[in-house]
Amino acid sequence: MLSRVADTIYWMNRYIERAENYARFMDVNFNLSLEMPPDASEQWKPLVVTTGDWLLYQSLHKKVEKRKVIYFLGFDQNNPNSIYNCIVKARENARAIRPEITKEVWEQINYLYYLVKAGFEKKRWQSKDPRNFFMEVKKGCQLLYGIFDATISRTDGWHFGKIGQLIERADKTSRVLDVKYHILLSTSEAVGSPLDLMQWGALLKSVSAYDMYRKKYGKLSSAGITQFLILDRDFPRSILRCLMQAEQSLYSITGNAEGHSNSAERHLGLLKSQLEYADINEIINNGLHEYLDNFQKKLNDVSIAIFDSFFSVENITKQNQIQY
Amino acid sequence: MEKVNFENYETTGFFDEMFNNEQKVHDHYALFKERLEKMSWKKLNFLQHSTDRAQLSLGMTFNVYSDNQGIERILHLDIIPRIINGKDWDFLEKGLKQRIQALNMFIHDLYNDQKVLKDKIIPKDLVLSSATYLKQCVGLKPPENIWCHITGTDLIRGDDGNYFVLEDNLRCPSGVSYMLENREILKRTFPELFEKLHVRPIYDYSHYLRDMLESLTTVTPACIAVLSPGIYNSAYFEHAYLAQQMGAELVEGRDLVVKNDFVYMTTTKGLKRVDVIYRRVDDDFIDPLMFNKESLLGTPGLFRAYQKNNVVLVNAPGTGVADDKAVYAYIPRIIKYYLGEEILLPNVKTYICAEEKDCNYVIENIHELVVKQTDASGGYGMLIGPKSTKQEQSEFKTKIKNNPRNYIAQPVINLSRVPTLTEGSIEGRHVDLRPYVLYGKEIKIIPGGLTRVALKKGSLVVNSSQGGGSKDTWVLDNNLKK
Repeated sequence: MLSRVADTIYWMNRYIERAENYARFMDVNFNLSLEMPPDASEQWKPLVVTTGDWLLYQSLHKKVEKRKVIYFLGFDQNNPNSIYNCIVKARENARAIRPEITKEVWEQINYLYYLVKAGFEKKRWQSKDPRNFFMEVKKGCQLLYGIFDATISRTDGWHFGKIGQLIERADKTSRVLDVKYHILLSTSEAVGSPLDLMQWGALLKSVSAYDMYRKKYGKLSSAGITQFLILDRDFPRSILRCLMQAEQSLYSITGNAEGHSNSAERHLGLLKSQLEYADINEIINNGLHEYLDNFQKKLNDVSIAIFDSFFSVENITKQNQIQY
Repeated sequence: MEKVNFENYETTGFFDEMFNNEQKVHDHYALFKERLEKMSWKKLNFLQHSTDRAQLSLGMTFNVYSDNQGIERILHLDIIPRIINGKDWDFLEKGLKQRIQALNMFIHDLYNDQKVLKDKIIPKDLVLSSATYLKQCVGLKPPENIWCHITGTDLIRGDDGNYFVLEDNLRCPSGVSYMLENREILKRTFPELFEKLHVRPIYDYSHYLRDMLESLTTVTPACIAVLSPGIYNSAYFEHAYLAQQMGAELVEGRDLVVKNDFVYMTTTKGLKRVDVIYRRVDDDFIDPLMFNKESLLGTPGLFRAYQKNNVVLVNAPGTGVADDKAVYAYIPRIIKYYLGEEILLPNVKTYICAEEKDCNYVIENIHELVVKQTDASGGYGMLIGPKSTKQEQSEFKTKIKNNPRNYIAQPVINLSRVPTLTEGSIEGRHVDLRPYVLYGKEIKIIPGGLTRVALKKGSLVVNSSQGGGSKDTWVLDNNLKK
């Protein structure tokens, strides 16, 4: 498959995953803000921090306000990661690789594009309840995952897309956990108080983990939730599970059963193994924030290694390897 | 609810594709008219609206160059089809075959023996001064000696309903994807009519296209690629569409590298050789080492690989010389010269400004002529005399005097009209027709083509970049069942 095409599919999937995550974050946060007691400060700043665009936000806005944050994360064309921009870029990528995807996939991406475009034109960030809009974006993205899985052959293109999606997902789960955990443990609320429970519940909901967590652990606890979101082997949004699946897709592309033949496999394999043998108490005792920060750096290295191994035209031309 | 009717439909002054001068419907439109008259206006408008939505959903959009930032537009599809009876079509097919065969012989001759110049069929200076004549192509012999594999000839009908060739598009004619997608949409709009009318199918175009491309190489399985300038090109939708329909790779110049005079794609598993390139990048931009040095759209070394027969380029570079608008005037003579036949599908009378007598005539009568720049296309660089201001006319006079070689003029042809849905009614709008011709081992013409329609009342300019739309084109079987 063309390197440019592989690169484009990878990013198309990352953008869609990012848009879906943002839509979910907003929905959950808006919900939470409705139930917060009058004296509790709203949780909009942490949301911006989670996305990693806090500096950009500060350069554009003086104050943190609900509407401004909704605009910034949902619609702002000055924010390269806003839902609007992610969908526009995903569609542009889809156009660039149109022959690699099915008509159904294209039409759904196109649908999402017209959805966010209409949302922008109708200024949905000003509406009393913008949740409907974010729900629609979320559902639109989820439908797209389904169509992608149901209509695309499991060849390299599908796997590169999957890797993009899973890396993005692991990154977002780690960021939500990092920010929320930090805030929750530093509040004065008593552990197990109604407000505390609501906040932990919201954390799980932001990564669609509430139901599956309840099923497995029953009781909400910080250690249980941390364990579930980082190390669970079955939950599709846990960091470990994302890496396990990404690794499988990588092996499908290279044709290796085990071991590694390039830097992408080496970096990803190493990171996954470290998680497999990690102990949650050790992680928490040594500092969760440091752990997640370090994880995000290593995940970024994986992303760079994938670029070097598969997408960089310079590297490929140098290799001089010709297939017939 | 009020039903659709044609009581107020005007046909005077122009040839109408649906009605004759006494408002009587032509046979091949009778069933369609019957169907429409059973429909309410509301339903008709609804069908049109669904069509607009379908186009957006399919992403059938193009970017307009002159707009700031390139605004995405759809090529408006009017749901009232342009219907051609089988007999007319069979004649067109013969005329097109004749023309394309002669044009290919002409191009091959120009770049090889130049007999046509030695025999003074066409002035040597006129041909060799064309900006589209590429001296880099001299002596080349593409597979089967075919240079122009894909043609989109523009046909029009005048006042009396006779067909003329308006332009030969021998470089990278576009629009075939609209022909194909329009049909898919109309099949959903008027399913029952397709069944009753026996509309000739066009879906096999992409199969023929692929077969034709494969036939140009001896390599099996051949690696076929469509070379596009990328997503910002106005015809990108088509490049992607055709690659997808053919199962070919869609590549950009930056995806290709040339090593030891072979062309390769950069893939995730290393370099992969490419054998046939259907390129939708203009001659001037395909290879910065040979042509435009600034070009970022091409691939360095591509032309050399082509010269060495290590890759096939479709269409071959250099074909533009034969669709130069000044060369066009000589085509009846060119056909006679190579085939010994009279031209079947006539040209429009053309004045060549490079010739003094013609030039004077054009300058004096500019207000009633259409003046065209010889190397431009897409409706750019032209003047429609009767619709122009005195100032525009004098500007063009100056341009012509400064560079007569660059201009030709033709009388205004009142293009035929087809009923077209407008705000709340149906009115006649002017159309042309672009059928698509494939030339590999044999010549294949898909029954139909792209009907372009000037949506503005009275306008004769059908180009999409100038406010034109399109129609589905139905060619009926000869044995029309009533």
